[in-house]
Amino acid sequence: MAKELIRLSKCSMAFDGDVVLDNIDLCINDKEFLTLLGPSGCGKTTTLRIIGGFLKPASGDVLFDGVRINDVPPHKRAVNTVFQKYALFTHLNVFENIAFGLRLARPGGKKLSKDEIASRVMEMLEVVSLKGFEKRDVSSLSGGQQQRVAIARALVNRPKVLLLDEPLGALDMRLRKDMQNELKQMQQATGITFIYVTHDQEEALAMSDTVVVMENGVIQQIGTPEDIYNEPENAFVADFIGESNIVDGIMLDDGLVEIFGRKFKCLDKGFKPSEPVDVVIRPEDIDIVSPEKGQLTGKVISVTFRGLMYDIIVDFNGFKWLIQTTDLSPIGTTLGIKIDPDGIHIMSKSQFSGMYGDYSSYSAEYDEISDVDYEVEIEDAEGARE
Amino acid sequence: MNKKPGILGRSYTALILLFLYAPIAILIIFSFNSTRSRTVWTGFTLDWYRSLFANSSIMDALYTSLIVALISAVVATIIGTFAAIGFHNMRSKWRTPLTHINNIPMMNADIATAVSLSLLFITLGSVLRFRLGFGTLLLAHIIFNIPYVVLSITPKLRQLDNNLVDAACDLGCTWMKAFWKVIVPEIRPGIVNGLIIAFTLSIDDFVISYFTAGGNIMTLPMQIFSMTRRRVSPEINALSTILFLSVLVLLIIINIRGARQEEKQKKRQAALNK
Repeated sequence: MAKELIRLSKCSMAFDGDVVLDNIDLCINDKEFLTLLGPSGCGKTTTLRIIGGFLKPASGDVLFDGVRINDVPPHKRAVNTVFQKYALFTHLNVFENIAFGLRLARPGGKKLSKDEIASRVMEMLEVVSLKGFEKRDVSSLSGGQQQRVAIARALVNRPKVLLLDEPLGALDMRLRKDMQNELKQMQQATGITFIYVTHDQEEALAMSDTVVVMENGVIQQIGTPEDIYNEPENAFVADFIGESNIVDGIMLDDGLVEIFGRKFKCLDKGFKPSEPVDVVIRPEDIDIVSPEKGQLTGKVISVTFRGLMYDIIVDFNGFKWLIQTTDLSPIGTTLGIKIDPDGIHIMSKSQFSGMYGDYSSYSAEYDEISDVDYEVEIEDAEGARE
Repeated sequence: MNKKPGILGRSYTALILLFLYAPIAILIIFSFNSTRSRTVWTGFTLDWYRSLFANSSIMDALYTSLIVALISAVVATIIGTFAAIGFHNMRSKWRTPLTHINNIPMMNADIATAVSLSLLFITLGSVLRFRLGFGTLLLAHIIFNIPYVVLSITPKLRQLDNNLVDAACDLGCTWMKAFWKVIVPEIRPGIVNGLIIAFTLSIDDFVISYFTAGGNIMTLPMQIFSMTRRRVSPEINALSTILFLSVLVLLIIINIRGARQEEKQKKRQAALNK
């Protein structure tokens, strides 16, 4: 049975009248890898800073091991942070950066001896594969190496919880993937609770035990990566995690939904008869068949090669769907599609209905998602306001 | 594009350098001249340096100058450092007007600063019963030094990572500890530069000192000025030589430090972009 370690209870926060967190309830278990995921300005960094002690919630409680810690300053919390852009001390070398926390007298504890500090730093250098770098100037290191120093500097204090604020944001694709694996392994090896903030949904799915999807300062869904992907709660989550076609449907009966006037079998139950719903169909769950055999027929209007597969956009009576397929269907082809019952996911209508899941402006959306710099800028602005 | 300058361009540069530095070179050479003549070389001597150091009024002035420069530079650096940090963390609504006010002594002609300070001190003095003297001189130097200190520290603060203090607190520092263990070391190059600049400016100043020192106290530049009014002694050449060399050395130090920091900064950038 997992033990509860941190609880945020009814936490709210506003900067200059802008509500950044709206009545958040969140429970984090011991030894868990939890990711706060959401677009810029959704409140994920603010949540992390509240846990770290850099911000006090305007209302609500922060509990650590059952004790209220709202007024405990950061230096007295059993929590360490890996900051965006690392925040390393450039006047100190690698060894001294990592030893920084150890050299300070702990409240209630005695100072560590020099030998003890040295052995713990060296041990940490090994964990982050930076052996032999201890005398180096941090400014002479590459981005990935600086990242490792930042992680070592936090982990060497043996915190109960490690907070990571978009730690891989400044690294290139290749390095990110490697670091994701390493971080996950480190977390499992040390048994430390990781709270990880990112706007990268792939990263969140790959690393986390639990994903918390946030938007507009509200938690939209909490669940395992599989839950979040397969059973999104609303249109926002469905769109933010992976690619989704989201269409209006009407629930006819348990296991039967009507889309575009056609009946489709599905596995979802418990809706009112004739209830209007949002229907999510993942691009990879759509099978292409000949037009005669298809449940729907449409015309290919765009094809993009993605390496593993093609992204094709198909026009069904004016509504454009994204389909991922390994077979090339040239532009202009008319094709039929078939969707298995387990490829259809039904969601209740929400404030996000109708805002997402239409691929009419496909390319523009893709650009925005992949624009990392854009994200970082907004987050900085958020930081400046504090 | 990268054409070497022609003969005309070169001689132009040479002429400019000549006009700039020939007087100083001649001054230095004639500080070693064995007679009072400033036109005819009559032989090498160190007499003028000897009599310079024996001249008590010059030595007093030198002492005053050094003490004022040292104290004003240190005080201005302390105030300027806190001011720079304060400005840096202010909202721009407040920061902009306050930095403008801070820059006034730097933007104004020395004479304007000098007259205003002099008037201020005399008025305040008549109310609070003090006179122009060492105190007002020191205060004036601190005042005109502060903006230069702020100016040399501000860019260092801008380079700091926004999360630096948070990182230090996160690792167990109180805010004060974070300030001493992280902020001060990180901006130390700017602080040291500010100190050197303030010291140099203070040693070098004549106009503001002249208006704020009152009648009983003299800084070195004031002493030199008063000597030239009576009779020009080669002692002044000797003194000017010493001053020129000290300022030159300080300026060279400042420049070397600046170049080194730039190099470091470049390396850092290069490493980050790797």
